Amino acid sequence: MQKMMTLISNVLRGSVSRNAASVVVSSRSYADFTPEATFDIKKVDLHRLEEGPPLTSTLTREDGLKYYRTMQTIRRMELKADQLYKQKIIRGFCHLYDGQEACAVGIEGGITLSDHLITAYRAHGYTLTRGGTVREIMAELTGRREGIAKGKGGSMHMYTKNFYGGNGIVGAQVPLGAGVALACKYLGTDQLCVSLYGDGAANQGQIFETYNMASLWKLPIIFICENNQYGMGTSVERASASTEYYKRGDFIPGLRVDGMDVLCVREATKFAADHCRSGKGPILMELQTYRYHGHSMSDPGVSYRTREEIQEVRSKSDPISMLKDRMLSNNMASVEELKEIDIEVRKEIEDAAQFATTDPEPPLDDLCSHIYANEKSFEVRGATPWTKLTSHS
Amino acid sequence: MASLRSFLQCNFDILRKTFVILFVNVRDALNQAMDEELERDERVFLLGEEVAQYDGAYKVSRGLWKKYGDKRIIDTPITEMGFAGIAVGAAFAGLRPICEFMTWNFSMQAIDQVINSAAKTYYMSAGFQTVPIVFRGPNGSSAGVAAQHSQCFAAWYGHCPGLKVVSPWNSEDARGLLKAAIRDDNPVVFLENEMMYGVPFELSEEMMHKDFVIPIGKAKVERQGTHITLVSHSRCVGFCLDAAAVLAKEGVECEVVNLRTIRPLDVDTIEASVMKTGNLVTVEGGWPQYGVGAEICARIMEGPAFNYLDAPAVRVTGVDIPMPYAKILEDHSVPQIKDIIFSVKKVLNM
Repeated sequence: MQKMMTLISNVLRGSVSRNAASVVVSSRSYADFTPEATFDIKKVDLHRLEEGPPLTSTLTREDGLKYYRTMQTIRRMELKADQLYKQKIIRGFCHLYDGQEACAVGIEGGITLSDHLITAYRAHGYTLTRGGTVREIMAELTGRREGIAKGKGGSMHMYTKNFYGGNGIVGAQVPLGAGVALACKYLGTDQLCVSLYGDGAANQGQIFETYNMASLWKLPIIFICENNQYGMGTSVERASASTEYYKRGDFIPGLRVDGMDVLCVREATKFAADHCRSGKGPILMELQTYRYHGHSMSDPGVSYRTREEIQEVRSKSDPISMLKDRMLSNNMASVEELKEIDIEVRKEIEDAAQFATTDPEPPLDDLCSHIYANEKSFEVRGATPWTKLTSHS
Repeated sequence: MASLRSFLQCNFDILRKTFVILFVNVRDALNQAMDEELERDERVFLLGEEVAQYDGAYKVSRGLWKKYGDKRIIDTPITEMGFAGIAVGAAFAGLRPICEFMTWNFSMQAIDQVINSAAKTYYMSAGFQTVPIVFRGPNGSSAGVAAQHSQCFAAWYGHCPGLKVVSPWNSEDARGLLKAAIRDDNPVVFLENEMMYGVPFELSEEMMHKDFVIPIGKAKVERQGTHITLVSHSRCVGFCLDAAAVLAKEGVECEVVNLRTIRPLDVDTIEASVMKTGNLVTVEGGWPQYGVGAEICARIMEGPAFNYLDAPAVRVTGVDIPMPYAKILEDHSVPQIKDIIFSVKKVLNM
């Protein structure tokens, strides 16, 4: 009888929560949940470091729910972008981040919004963790006037405070990030800059030039290589003579971290941030991660890797599942609570997608604007000598 | 002589205040401009190869490291792509870097950072991210430095929206335009000329004022004339004036327009001059194909000044070859005063 009652109340509870989307319905009070728990995390491989980040990570319920929500938001946002792209509502380049969520969320967990971050073109996740909203990100992907860059930038050129994009040229963002770090040091703040690049970019000469100058000048920069095993269609073994990306900085201390575990990423980032802030100069982190999608929407992603491989990572190492399992098995959240978050996220994404498809495109008056900053309006030549357009700052 | 020069350099400030008009060479004009802007704004700093302890490969930054130290005058390794990117990133984060390329030829190593990271960012971010950076260094031909060290980049950088491209001729230009460039919130490509560094020009008291700036995007009529317009930039402006002096003896009065800025191009000044004189010859050191002169001629064709032309507009340019080394060959690879005179006479059917 007791079992029957629990079953029925569970079912009822489930249907109630579906209808009252903004209310978390749970018969258990929050006092029932574990407020924080400590987890063992994978040991990190070290290069030129005596000790590394701790082997355990303490997660609060609050942080856990926050990470879960953010990772789920990124996941759903990217899947929605996939859908919109296939409907030809998003066009051009679209490089999706699903699978790699623990990197963006874990990194942000180890720094603050007053620190700086720059990445390459697989940037939607970072635009979100750095303070962008799903609405303005999606509207940028669909090229609308309320997009985060007013429709002028697109997928690869989204900016927000202390976030310098979104950069289309492979590797170029790394010296840019070192420049931001130089500014942090110059201005005497204790801020740092996180400069991300992929396994493909890791062989770029300008990155080695940056390692050199960052070390010489002890810039507060965390170099992070997001190694998702493939640079477009080329596996790491076919591109790099050394695939130990965390050692490629040579004289720069390095860490190789499990990039599918948000807690691993967070602890490593905290460790790296402490290193920088103590004036020791740059440090390099390699995050071993995986992307479920192909390189971009024009790449099915299965000509250079097997579906079995993708499926295996999904079932064994999915970052969101890993966090969810940890929280549930330690009584840090309930199944219903997490489902509630899923529903809220889904709604947020739907609303954003709806907005992104109905918001009008940028006005033609905006075509020539934003050429120069702080400048009087001036004439811009159009496609013909008779087409005189105006540029506003 | 050497001791007199060093005496003058040491006592420059005293002399400056004593004499109302001073002779200042282009190098010193650039040096003083940077010095004053470094003093005026804490966020301004200089980086590049040999700019600090060596006093600058061409001594343009002489004395600055001694005065401002390591934080603000930074010697870089020989890694243009890296340090240009670092400079742009510093501009993103609120500093105002001056990034020196030892010569603009080496900027090709870093051209992606100049164009894709600096020039385009304000537009791509819809006005969110400014890039207040100056890239500067000697451009164009020098003397005996051969093909890889002699290219003019005015046309390449002038092609790109989002950049301002400036090409000073004399000390007044160098001083006023560099100050304007450093104060500008946009990426500026500042094309100097090594052969002009040692050339002295008069600078008035007004020009020596700390806030003397020349507006970017405005050309200057250096010499009034009535028969033909000569449009030029950088060192060739001097050649145009020399040619004009010779032609004046034959009764031909040339109007000489010093572009000062390549982008944005001051078409209005050029058009007004052509509408006055009816004839146009452009003069540049760079190659003819797809060059600065080509652009000016196209604009004249498309605008109201075309109807005032009495003859087709013509370009005097560098010869369409990589720069040779031997002096006789080098002399014949660049536009000379006689080429300008010859072209003027051809256009005027003399």
